[in-house]
Amino acid sequence: MLYKSLSSFPVFEVERDYDKCIVCGCCVQQCTFDATYYLPYAKKVITDEHKCVGCKRCEAMCPTGAIKVRAVTNEFKHNAYWDARTIRDIYKQADQGGVILTGGGNDRRFRVYWDHLLIDACQVTNPSIDPLREPMELRTFLGRKPDALEVEYNEKGEPELKTKIAPNLVAEIPVIFAPMSYGALNLNMHKAMAAAADAMGTYWNTGEGSLHRDLYKYGHCTIVQVASGRFGVSAEYLKVAAAAEIKIGQGAKPGIGGHLPGEKVDEEISKTRMIPVGTDALSPAPHHDIYSIEDLRQLIYAIKEATNYEKPVSVKIAAVHNVAAIASGIARAGADIIVLDGFRGGTGASPAIVRDYVGIPVEIAVAVVDQRLREEGIRNWVSIIAAGGIRNSADVIKAIALGADAVYIGTSALLAVGCTLCHKCYTGRCAWGITTNDPHIAKRLNPDIAAERLINLLKGWAHEMKEMLGLMGINAIESLKGNRLRLRAIGLTKEEMDILGVLPAGEGI
Amino acid sequence: MMVLTRSRELSGCGLSGIISRKKNLIPGEVIIRSITHMRERGNGLGAGYAGYGIYPDFPDEYAFHIMYDDELARKETEEYIKQRFHVIHYEEIPTRKVKGIQDSPLLWRYFLRPIEPPDESDFVEEDYVMKAVMDINDKIRGAYVFSSGKNMGAFKGVGEPDDIGEFYRIDEYQAYLWVAHTRFPTNTPGWWGGAHPFTLLDWAVVHNGEISSYGTNKRYLEMFGYKCTLRTDTEVVAYLIDLLVRRHKLPLRIAAYALASPFWKDIDRMPENQRRLFTAIRMVYGSALLNGPFAILVSWNGGLMGLNDRIKLRPFVAAVKDDKVYMASEEAAIREICPSPDRVWAPKAGDPVIALFEDFDGGTQFKEHQV
Ligand code: SF4
Ligand code: SF4
Ligand code: SF4
Repeated sequence: MLYKSLSSFPVFEVERDYDKCIVCGCCVQQCTFDATYYLPYAKKVITDEHKCVGCKRCEAMCPTGAIKVRAVTNEFKHNAYWDARTIRDIYKQADQGGVILTGGGNDRRFRVYWDHLLIDACQVTNPSIDPLREPMELRTFLGRKPDALEVEYNEKGEPELKTKIAPNLVAEIPVIFAPMSYGALNLNMHKAMAAAADAMGTYWNTGEGSLHRDLYKYGHCTIVQVASGRFGVSAEYLKVAAAAEIKIGQGAKPGIGGHLPGEKVDEEISKTRMIPVGTDALSPAPHHDIYSIEDLRQLIYAIKEATNYEKPVSVKIAAVHNVAAIASGIARAGADIIVLDGFRGGTGASPAIVRDYVGIPVEIAVAVVDQRLREEGIRNWVSIIAAGGIRNSADVIKAIALGADAVYIGTSALLAVGCTLCHKCYTGRCAWGITTNDPHIAKRLNPDIAAERLINLLKGWAHEMKEMLGLMGINAIESLKGNRLRLRAIGLTKEEMDILGVLPAGEGI
Repeated sequence: MMVLTRSRELSGCGLSGIISRKKNLIPGEVIIRSITHMRERGNGLGAGYAGYGIYPDFPDEYAFHIMYDDELARKETEEYIKQRFHVIHYEEIPTRKVKGIQDSPLLWRYFLRPIEPPDESDFVEEDYVMKAVMDINDKIRGAYVFSSGKNMGAFKGVGEPDDIGEFYRIDEYQAYLWVAHTRFPTNTPGWWGGAHPFTLLDWAVVHNGEISSYGTNKRYLEMFGYKCTLRTDTEVVAYLIDLLVRRHKLPLRIAAYALASPFWKDIDRMPENQRRLFTAIRMVYGSALLNGPFAILVSWNGGLMGLNDRIKLRPFVAAVKDDKVYMASEEAAIREICPSPDRVWAPKAGDPVIALFEDFDGGTQFKEHQV
């Protein structure tokens, strides 16, 4: 072959043990990427490995355990610089021209700051607390707080609060389901997140695709998004929600817009997003009415007016180099919550080149924003939500110790309901029924079971967080907030430690 | 300032306080006896006292007690002071030679009146004094202001409490409010400034415990201009009290609830009005919550407050006899100086014990239910 075609070198091998295979056809039916088919003359089930995306659906569903899906390990001659993915991407673009798309979050080998931070524990001088015997409090308030309270004694001699407190969200666990739109996800996943958030006393975020009518009953635990496409934004949509969020950017694709192809816009999505069936849903890169911080201020106050100043307004930005100054501007523009979305954050669809090389880690963003807002004495004005690649409860603890008030979880939530991180969300063919609107495939995601799994995940994290607070000798999450002295760095440079505001392991205090 | 190590002081300690609400003078010898009775709780590596009403000759001047490493630090500090204050009187702090006390720094005291800057319309005298204290402690090498209130003074150093008492001639002072502290630091000691009490203006704090929320408290205070330079967690208690009570004007009892707030499970069961109040306290002052085991005594020119952490991980006893209120780590320390109190009790976790002077008029801010 003169030219390498895109499909010359499969990425996965699908090994089928024909001694075990009973030719039931299940794997054929389950493979949404048409990689597996039945070969009648051989009476065999075969996989075209070039089409396999490694989603492992067939492996999970095979009743006899006959299938092993593995990444090809020895595909090209070893090269530490020109790795297989780089080579394959060049073949692909030479084949087709155009932009290489991807889904999910940045999987490149950049330093993971979470994994260079270690948590402190108590010994002797300061007893740790047993979370099974003592209360351990995770309740978190998100929104603007006054700098001070005014308390006076009334005629009865009882202290009384004089200060009027701005509306705040109250989360019983500082973990919120990240914005992922209806359209990118199907309604089953939205149902599951809403029900789980409700059950756990936390929140979920609609993403930019608006809120399906059936889910209005979950308004009290719903954060609704207003993005550049303004899909389905109505007075009612804002009113029914607990908070509204202006989406400026997304960690997976800072500075670029979104595109939901017309094929995905079915009847229900059309009604919810308020666009005609079959039309592309385009989110422009910027909001066309926001070209400065003053413009943002106007939109923030337009939403506050529309909701009678009864709801906090959040602004979500991608973590970029100048994030501290931008966040300060947003706080001064009247936002009550700022979401910092790091470069590990997931996406339904993004150019791979943008996902992989634009933005900064959320660990760094949280550290610099928290520090900046403190230096300016305006940290009380806003709450900070860290988003983009939060993987476990230790990441949550570290994020809060660095200065966040709460976190968003997107990828972790998808994993909880079956996602295998195949990164093919943009195809609309998700074999696990998550990022697909094909009604047939979407049925694979049972909203009740998915909700239960999300609840289990949050419960597990809550237990672990309480355990970790206890071993730090802390019984309320607010004493962890910005408490960088309880973190130590391992294997970081002096500059990195300065930016994160942490000391190296081995240094006491 | 002269921090020798980067390590923060960790300590298990004993504390004792006594107040005469009618302002009858109590000889220093009494408080020495009480604190010395808890020898087990200290290891001779730090002790200190604070007395109120000890400077009747200079009742309206800020009494600065300063430790110096050397004459150079003294010169530099005195120059700084002269630019900002009228020095009404100054002298070396009188001490005795005591066998157990070595390597004492230079110890001086100054009675000061602020020179009001002509152009500042919103001049707040206390903020001005606070800034001077922060500046000296932060910027002048080898100088540390360890007392800065009116008609009160803190005395502290490395040694057993009885030796420190003798060294500073505590027995020669009379006060209507005394607090004392003995220390059991777990790391290399050696710095006089590391002993308790910690003070700012007329607030003095003695503390038994360890504050796990130190990092959160410290960064919170930094937003309001406090510099936590002494690397001991007790420092943040003094500053938090100053911020919440003096600057934010919170009622003292409410401030105590911010430092040791009730649990949500209890707040959720309160009547509406109270629930709103306590919810707001935790929302707004979450970063002021002192997490970890502690018993503290906070004294100022209005009285004495004792407070335990929210799950009572450190011992704390209070007693009343006539016009006197006693608070200490152990009942024995109280019985040593007051054998038959009218009432002795162990205060509940997070519930402040407040004893004010009868003539103290702090307005509604201090309209507290007292012992
Ligand atoms: S189901 Fe997934 S893993 Fe299995 S063959 Fe199809 S694409 Fe590959
Ligand atoms: S699912 Fe398993 S048993 Fe059924 S056809 Fe596929 S490989 Fe064979
Ligand atoms: S959501 Fe579906 S398509 Fe996207 S990465 Fe997960 S399994 Fe793959």
